[in-house]
Amino acid sequence: MPFIPHTQDDIAEMLASIGADSIETLFDEIPDDLKSGRLNKVPPGLSEMEITRLMMERANQDGFYQNFIGAGAYEHHIPAAVWQITTRGEFYSSYTPYQAEASQGTLQLLYEYQTMMASLTGMDVSNASLYDGATALAEAVLMAVRSHRSSRRILMPQTVHPVYKKVVHAIVGNQKIDIVELPFCTEAGRVLPESLEKFENEEFAALVIPQPNFFGVLEQVNELTDWAHSKKALAIGVVNPVSLALLTPPGEWGSQGADIAVGEGQPLGIPLSSGGPYFGFMACKNSLIRQIPGRIIGRTNDLDGKQGFVLTLQAREQHIRRSKATSNICTNQGLMVTAATIYMSLLGPDGLRRVAEHSHANTTDLIQRLEKIPGVESAFSSPFFHEAVLKLQKPVDDVLAKMRARGILAGLNLQVFYPEMENTLLVCATETKTEVDIQNYVTQFEQALK
Amino acid sequence: MLIFEHARHGRRNYSQAPTTTASTDGIPKQLLRKKQPLLPEVSEMDTVRHYTRLSQKNFSIDTEFYPLGSCTMKYNPRACNALAMLPQFLSRHPLAPEDTGQGFLACMYDLQEILKDVTGMAGISLAPMAGAQGELIGVMMIRAYHESRGDYERTEIIVPDAAHGTNPATAVMCGFKVVEIATDKEGNVDLNALKAAVGPQTAGLMLTNPSTLGVFEENVTEMSRIVHEAGGLLYYDGANLNAVLGKVKPGDMGFDVIHINLHKTFSTPHGGGGPGSAPVGVAKRLLPFLPVPFVKLENETYSWVAEKECPQSIGRLSAHMGNAGVLLRAYVYVRLLGRDGMHRVAEFATLNANYLMAELKKAGFEIAYPTRRASHEFIVTLKDTKEKTGVTAMNLAKRLLDKGFHAPTTYFPILVPECLLIEPAETESKQTLDAFVTAMKEILTEIQEQPDMVKNAPHSMPLRKLDDVKAARELDLRWKPDA
Repeated sequence: MPFIPHTQDDIAEMLASIGADSIETLFDEIPDDLKSGRLNKVPPGLSEMEITRLMMERANQDGFYQNFIGAGAYEHHIPAAVWQITTRGEFYSSYTPYQAEASQGTLQLLYEYQTMMASLTGMDVSNASLYDGATALAEAVLMAVRSHRSSRRILMPQTVHPVYKKVVHAIVGNQKIDIVELPFCTEAGRVLPESLEKFENEEFAALVIPQPNFFGVLEQVNELTDWAHSKKALAIGVVNPVSLALLTPPGEWGSQGADIAVGEGQPLGIPLSSGGPYFGFMACKNSLIRQIPGRIIGRTNDLDGKQGFVLTLQAREQHIRRSKATSNICTNQGLMVTAATIYMSLLGPDGLRRVAEHSHANTTDLIQRLEKIPGVESAFSSPFFHEAVLKLQKPVDDVLAKMRARGILAGLNLQVFYPEMENTLLVCATETKTEVDIQNYVTQFEQALK
Repeated sequence: MLIFEHARHGRRNYSQAPTTTASTDGIPKQLLRKKQPLLPEVSEMDTVRHYTRLSQKNFSIDTEFYPLGSCTMKYNPRACNALAMLPQFLSRHPLAPEDTGQGFLACMYDLQEILKDVTGMAGISLAPMAGAQGELIGVMMIRAYHESRGDYERTEIIVPDAAHGTNPATAVMCGFKVVEIATDKEGNVDLNALKAAVGPQTAGLMLTNPSTLGVFEENVTEMSRIVHEAGGLLYYDGANLNAVLGKVKPGDMGFDVIHINLHKTFSTPHGGGGPGSAPVGVAKRLLPFLPVPFVKLENETYSWVAEKECPQSIGRLSAHMGNAGVLLRAYVYVRLLGRDGMHRVAEFATLNANYLMAELKKAGFEIAYPTRRASHEFIVTLKDTKEKTGVTAMNLAKRLLDKGFHAPTTYFPILVPECLLIEPAETESKQTLDAFVTAMKEILTEIQEQPDMVKNAPHSMPLRKLDDVKAARELDLRWKPDA
């Protein structure tokens, strides 16, 4: 009986107190014909030693690779302290901090997180996180429509992460919101501000602006933000948090700054872990604070005037407003945010900037070396952050398979998401890659192309 | 003190970032940040000490009894965390090819199969990242099902008034109108109200069973018939699945769509408010609409099933594969429990709840539904106490903190005044429950003898009662250096 501490004496005493003759009696309100039999597909229980052996075998089967895939999830060094502290039982096994006096640890940490994210994005306020980057964008779209009042149309560049677009469609699809596709320039790999001219006479609730975009390319965020504002549309920035140690934050884009900033928080100390759990972040201008979904922590005082922290603005939320809530969301990604907050503290502004710089420099180095190989060229002419697209003269899948056999995950075949982009490869080399790793990639790539 | 107040300009951790700077010449100047972000400049030891100390200001399952109703705060086995964090699992990129992740995919496939058996459903998708997202996906599938049959007239979702707030909020997010139906005095859904509510406009009914009142809906088969005959579908909110795990399968009760909160029934951590994980299960007729991706096994090889193979799928609700690491933890848990352990979960959760209810009743507390069996939880109401002494459910909850117990859920469900929803979970011993009863008895005496002391609780926590009104009126949502 794993994790059930009752002795036979306990059971007997408890049943006597209840006045029942067996545990089965306690289920006498459930109609007999509903009671299920044995769970035949559930295997017999294992001891911790046995399940450890099984999981080790499966983990070993998957093994380790040198990873050069990015595409929305990035490998960075994670300091040992991050997860040692995050998995302390007091963080790991606590509930949503409804009882503020018994949850000051989590609440203060979330307040510190909000401070860090608001500053990193250059926005006024941050919530305490959402599920992931893709759902954060969907929530930003809903928020823009709620606050705009007259338009339910969103202008969405094709350079936004293609899966984010799918998620947005799935989540807002039932709410009569129109997502209009904005094409990109196939030479530049980004949206050209002049391409917006054809939308001059149309109304939008918001323009989505990815920075960097899915190709790693840097968009002309200042021009795009100003265009959105000239149309009385909101500007929603979709950003990589590590890049923000280096790049202009959304709050400073154009003459007024973006209105909402969202993104995937995974690069801030969260392991790749096959795709989750990660966390989405969302920050906005003060004027939108009552439209923001998810948990928000505020600082206040106790009866003696001592500083403390509570969940606040709960009148927006489902457990109070039910069908009139801003969203049905009731959790954030608390544990992931715990890790991210510790990560940002350990790195500091200078450390995070170095991570961003080295990621940029390593990818630049990799691309420059690869371009020297005949038949390999950069697909786009624009500047990039820490990811870039290569154009080959042969199918990418063959090359990727050969690289994999050499222990390298060499990048993402872009045609999976952009069917018209034949023979293109998205690669990323973060600060975790050494010069030896990069040269090894180049050497193996040359072989794989033969 | 905040982490920012420990900081000194110029302090940094030399071992946690690259030792050199690198060129950013490739980035145009107008795209570079001018002012550095307000991240703390602290040493590694400062950080470790600060966050270790913060953790000590939390109540948690690992440190206190946590009888939080409808939240299933059971022990989170350490092995689940350790094995989900094996380095090979942690380092696997979500877009890495399937042939580099057969071990991981095998775990996901096995978990799908086990959850199918436990719930009696025909198909499972592990993608949803939280209970509320599982609900959203479930209701989206209901909508997709009706629309696939050309039936666009079904615009209403029926929700009992005892339901979680997420139920009505979710229905609205899916574009439905919400119809609330009443509960009778025994805590069951009022069948006449249900009969009056259904019609050709009914898309479905969302039901939690056992309900949030802590009782089993005895008429669930009849409710299922009423809704199905009207052409609607039945949605099972799995928030209380722990009460019937291994005893009753939602599929056998007639449900068409369900979500399962792994962070409740399958013991994945609550983490101070997430990450959750809420796989959805469907009956056969809804299989085509399941969200992608999920895992299939063919020719001894595991692979993802995606949009191409499921043209009618309601789509994708996360950038990758939901909260994969949480799913690994749940997988380890179900394998540790095994078939026999699974059957015992509901038995001992129910034994603990009924014992605690009996003991509190004997101690003089008023039980909201005294004629009913408790499921895995039950409700105490302090309506009379409040009228006589002015002491509220929240006051009692705060006083429990002083005595080293986390408070039960308060003021939910909304239809029982001054309520405490108490769920002890199967992992607590009789001795812990007895200590809790003793504390509750002491508070009952305190309410009679010194009500003002109870009203001003807590007294022995690091902070006294916090001012929520000030927090909402004078919004202070971030630290500012000059404030």
